[in-house]
Amino acid sequence: MADKKPLVKEFTKGLIAENPVLRLVLGTCPTLAVSTSVMGALGMGAAASIVLICSNIVISALRKIIPGKVRIPAYIVIIASFVTIVQMLVKAFVPEIDESLGVYLPLIVVNCIILGRAEAFAGKNSVIASAFDGMGMGVGFTAALLAMAFIRELIGTGAINGTQIFPADFSMLIFILPPGGFFVFGMLIAVANKLAEKKGKPKAELHGCESCPMAASCSLINSGESCDVKEATVK
Amino acid sequence: MSVNKKLTVSASPHVRSPHTATGIMLDVIIALIPALIAAVVIFGTQVLLVTLVCVGSAVLSEYLSRKVMKRHQTIGDLSAVVTGLLLAFNLPVSIPLWIAALGSIIAIVVVKQMFGGIGQNFVNPALAARIILLVSFPSKMTDWTPVGLTTATPLASLKSGEVISAELPTMVDMLLGKHGGCLGEVCSIALIIGGIYLIIRKVISPAIPLSYIGTVAVFMLIAGKGSFEFTAYQLLSGGLLIGAIFMATDYTTSPVSFKGKIIFGIGCGLITAAIRVFGGYPEGVSFSIIIMNILVPHIERLTTAKPFGTPKKDKKAEKAAKKAEKEAAKV
Repeated sequence: MADKKPLVKEFTKGLIAENPVLRLVLGTCPTLAVSTSVMGALGMGAAASIVLICSNIVISALRKIIPGKVRIPAYIVIIASFVTIVQMLVKAFVPEIDESLGVYLPLIVVNCIILGRAEAFAGKNSVIASAFDGMGMGVGFTAALLAMAFIRELIGTGAINGTQIFPADFSMLIFILPPGGFFVFGMLIAVANKLAEKKGKPKAELHGCESCPMAASCSLINSGESCDVKEATVK
Repeated sequence: MSVNKKLTVSASPHVRSPHTATGIMLDVIIALIPALIAAVVIFGTQVLLVTLVCVGSAVLSEYLSRKVMKRHQTIGDLSAVVTGLLLAFNLPVSIPLWIAALGSIIAIVVVKQMFGGIGQNFVNPALAARIILLVSFPSKMTDWTPVGLTTATPLASLKSGEVISAELPTMVDMLLGKHGGCLGEVCSIALIIGGIYLIIRKVISPAIPLSYIGTVAVFMLIAGKGSFEFTAYQLLSGGLLIGAIFMATDYTTSPVSFKGKIIFGIGCGLITAAIRVFGGYPEGVSFSIIIMNILVPHIERLTTAKPFGTPKKDKKAEKAAKKAEKEAAKV
C-alpha cells in the first residue's frame, strides 16, 4: 500500500512530478480564468488548497463507510460543504478576493483536482497520507497559478498588484486575454515536463486503472490489458 | 570508359523540378517590390525603416533560434525575409520600431520555429504575429493619423457610416493607394501587378485569390443591396488583396488540391465578409485566413484525390468490418 511510502514523498510529488495543473492537467478552467492577477491567483490557490486538504482528510476517514457505488455523490457533498464554509469565510473577512474570484470560488466544488485526488488517493489511503497528499497538491496548484499569474500580469499590464514595474505602454494586452493565458499555460507545461524529466521521472501519466472513472464498468480491468494497448490496435 | 564517365549513378528522384524554396521565395520578394515602392511613395522613407527592422529581426531570430535548437541553418531559403516583408506590410507606418521587431520575433520564433521551421508552421507566421500585435497594442496598430491623408481607413468609415459618403477617397485614389491603411495594403495596383507576376511564374495558382475575392464580391454585392460602388470599395480597401494574393496562398498553410484551394478561398471570403459586415472589427482578412489555416488539415482530408484504379469505397462492407472489429475488441 501507498501508506508505507514516506509522508514527505506524498507531499513533494505534488510540487513538480505530479503537479496537478502542469503535469496532470487538472483544474484548467479556474487556472486560466483567475491567473490574470497575482492576488486572485493567491486567493484561489489558498481557497482550493484548504478545501482540498479538508476534503481529503474527511473522505479518507470515511472511505470504509462510503459505499463504492455512490462514492461520487458522497464526495461531492463533502467537498461542497467545505467550499461553502470557505466561501462564507472569504465573504466575511476578505470581500475583495471574493469579488475578484466571482463565480470561480463556488465552482471549486467541481474542480477536477479535488474530486480527482479524492477518487485517486484519499479514497484508498490513510488519513495522514491523504492530508499530506492534499497539502502537496494544494501547494503545487497554488504555485502553478502564481507562476502563471505573475507572468500574465507582469507582461499584460506592466504591474504586479498595483505597483508599476515598467510603463504600461510597453505591456502586451494579449497576456491578460484568454489566448495569452493558453500560451503561458503551454510554456509552463513544457518547463514542468523538462524539470520533471531531468529528475529521471517518466512523462506525466495517469495511475493506471484504479484512478479511472470507468473502472467499475470497464471490461479490460481484469484482463491484464491496459487501455493504451487497445487504442494502439484499433489505430 | 568514356561513356561511363558521363553516367552518374544516383538514387531517385532523377527528374527534378527547377523550383526551389529559395527560388520561390525570391519570386515572392520580387512580387512584393512594387507594393514596397508604392508604400515609400505614399508614406515616405519611414516605410523603409519599418521594413528593414522587420526583415532584419526576422532573419536574425531565424538564425538564432535554429542555432539554439541545434538544427541546420535555413536562413538561406529567404523565407524569413518574406515573413519579415509581409509583416512590415501589415503594420501602420507610425508603428514604434520595437513593436515591429517584436512582431518579427513572435512570427519566427513562436509561430514558425517552435513548430519545426519552414513547412511545419500551422498558420501563416506574419499574420499570426499581426493578430498578436493587434490584440496586444490595439491603439498603436490602428493609428493611421501621421499619414495626413484620411483619419479613418475607408473600411472604418464604411463601417461607421454604412453609406458611401464624400469622406471616402475617390476610386482612383483607392487604386493608387492614397488612403489610410497598413504599409503594403494600400496600393491595389502594385499588389495586383505582384499577383499577376506570381501567377505567370507559376508560383501561386489563381484558385485561392480568385475564389477568395470572388466570394467577398458576391457577399458584398448582396450586403450593399446591389451597389457596385460599395462592392468596389470593399474589394479595394483593407488587406483583402494582399491577403488573398500573398498570405492565403502560402504553401504550408493552404490546401494542395484544386478543390481544396477553392474551398479554402470561399471559406476565407465568407469569414472576411461576415466580419466586415457583422463583426466588431472593420477588417477581417487576417482572422479569416488564420481560421482557414487551422481548418486546412480537414479540407485536405476531404479533398484528397483517389489514386487512379482504386475501387470505390464499399461503405457497407466497411461498416461491417468495423462492427466485427469492435466485437472482437469486446471479447
